[in-house]
Amino acid sequence: MHSIYTFVTGPLVWVAFLVFIGGLAGKFVYLTSLAKNKDPYVFSYLHLKYALRSIIVWLIPFSTRNMRLNPVMTVVTFAFHICLIIAPIFLLAHVIMFEEAWGVSWWTLPDAVADVMTWVVLASIVFFVVRRRVVPEARYVTGPKEFVILGLVALPFLTGFLAYYQIFDYQTMIILHVLAGEAMLVAIPFTWLSHVMLYPMIRGYMGSEFGAERHVKDW
Amino acid sequence: MSEAALAQKIDDPGLDETAAKLTPERIRTTINRVLQQENSARLKAFVGTCVSCGLCSDACHFFLSHDRDPKYSPAGKVKQTLWEMIRTKGNVSQEFIVRAATIAYTECNVCKRCVQYCPFGIDTAYLMTVVRRICHLLGVTPLYLQDTSHSHASTFNQMWVKDDEWIDTLQWQEDEYRDEIPNLRIPLEKEGADFFYSVIGPEPKFRTQLIGQAAVLMNECGVDWTMPATPGWDNSDMSMYSGDLEIMGRIKRAHFETARRLRVKRVVMGECGHAYRSVYDVGNRWLGWREMPIPVIHALQFYWEMLKEGRLKVATQMEEPCTFHDPCNVVRGMGLHEMARDVVRAFCSNFIEMEPNREQNYCCSAGGGVINCGPPHTKTRVLGNRVKAEQITATGAKVLIAPCHNCHGGLEDIINHYKLDVKLVFLIDIIYAHMHKSNAI
Ligand code: SF4
Ligand code: SF4
Repeated sequence: MHSIYTFVTGPLVWVAFLVFIGGLAGKFVYLTSLAKNKDPYVFSYLHLKYALRSIIVWLIPFSTRNMRLNPVMTVVTFAFHICLIIAPIFLLAHVIMFEEAWGVSWWTLPDAVADVMTWVVLASIVFFVVRRRVVPEARYVTGPKEFVILGLVALPFLTGFLAYYQIFDYQTMIILHVLAGEAMLVAIPFTWLSHVMLYPMIRGYMGSEFGAERHVKDW
Repeated sequence: MSEAALAQKIDDPGLDETAAKLTPERIRTTINRVLQQENSARLKAFVGTCVSCGLCSDACHFFLSHDRDPKYSPAGKVKQTLWEMIRTKGNVSQEFIVRAATIAYTECNVCKRCVQYCPFGIDTAYLMTVVRRICHLLGVTPLYLQDTSHSHASTFNQMWVKDDEWIDTLQWQEDEYRDEIPNLRIPLEKEGADFFYSVIGPEPKFRTQLIGQAAVLMNECGVDWTMPATPGWDNSDMSMYSGDLEIMGRIKRAHFETARRLRVKRVVMGECGHAYRSVYDVGNRWLGWREMPIPVIHALQFYWEMLKEGRLKVATQMEEPCTFHDPCNVVRGMGLHEMARDVVRAFCSNFIEMEPNREQNYCCSAGGGVINCGPPHTKTRVLGNRVKAEQITATGAKVLIAPCHNCHGGLEDIINHYKLDVKLVFLIDIIYAHMHKSNAI
């Protein structure tokens, strides 16, 4: 058991991060060079001010008409993304591991807050699943793939939660937790989870087109 | 084919008869050529990023008008067309191509409203033009739209107007309006004039008074203008929408070259939306110009300029309650909404906004070449835009101003179908009726 643990928290973490970062970097290089060859005008129309305007506006809750039209979805989406990013980075247990490995550490969340954030992530995913089943326009375009991806995102949080509360066998759970986290990282470049990088890319381009060329807001 | 798709099946020989001749091989190679060779980064980014959340749906008038039927949602349209083409690597049936063409040509106005609703800014309109391109290369295009494109290819105008008919029409309008303004001229082929006034095919064909009224405006404003007596006068471009990008480029080149030949400083365009998109957004780019090679301004900008310079003066104001339809291509496409409102407010004392308005306005459902798909598809666009009828009714206005030809065609059908008590006009109709005419007798 212990050797499995060492393996998944050692070399496998490296592999996961390499695939995650390398995959995204590769995707970035691939898409930009493709654009250079085939869609060169994407670059002619890029406009820093309007790219940033679009990227920032769409990161502010209720700033766009569609966010106001769907208030529940807006609240859940923002809460979900904030917790999804903040909780793992500032979780005490994660920071300790970094400190042990590299001697670096940073500010951490009180455990109670991290707990609530995990709940928020899990509840949001349940909301997304239900929404994709019952809202016709989401259901129509949702396939099995979407549920698998949501599952991949849910698993690290679920297993982390179970491990923390030592429900089931702690050792097994913590190994599953690390594996699930690694699986999610690896999936990012190869699924629509890559929107973590493509969001600023697409918004930047469309924001430039709308702002600088069409002189209108893209929200 | 699903039951729903069968129920919607519309007879159009341009789609059915042409698709019946396709071999699986030709379908596959054409799809892959367009997906892999002609398109790339944007297509891949848009398709790969879509999280299929359906949030773009609320943007689309087709979706809203069909009681939120997901088949009409932007992402739903991509699912029924591109996703499937990509998934099967181009191995789709003839029936699939007919359905894909029906969706891309007649159930999407490429109005880009959905861009403003997708959290990532995914451009479903662009994706639909990719589908149209595939269908065009397969020869599967709505018959009427293809006919329009043929007209462009052979006459350089949209409506088979012959060269002599064009000149005759201008001279007839000059004559006609001289009854009112004796010194009125429509100067033809005047080299070195400040600008050339360009119109779209339907103006000489059946909305001729618009040319006469514009001439009155030019006369009153005392501008140095001209109109060409050669092909290249028509600024419209339905080939841009049919997917025939090669012809689109030729038409645009002819238009810009006519302006160069006449050595004008710029082109002023009549009240047309899609033509504007074709000169500043699509056609210029195809020809390799980042911007328009010669400045082209839309009628709304021109009216505004004339008003601000004090050349165009308001004599009376229209008192009837009126509202304004923002045409996608000059509003979401060029941000001319405030200029338009300045002009409308100057001439109309009782102006009521539609909700939503400006860049959030619903499309007329005729744009994007949909109206040019002809009678077989009229019902699709009229039933697909009930929200527009509701939006107009809610204003209580008696006059509806729409400064765009396609919008006019579409709104006319909507007014008739939903029995709206509203009169449809161009902005020039109001300006002509209420401007100060110092040269009139
Ligand atoms: S809103 Fe954007 S991401 Fe969501 S389904 Fe529509 S196109 Fe896809
Ligand atoms: S009609 Fe407009 S809103 Fe609807 S899918 Fe097409 S571009 Fe998007």
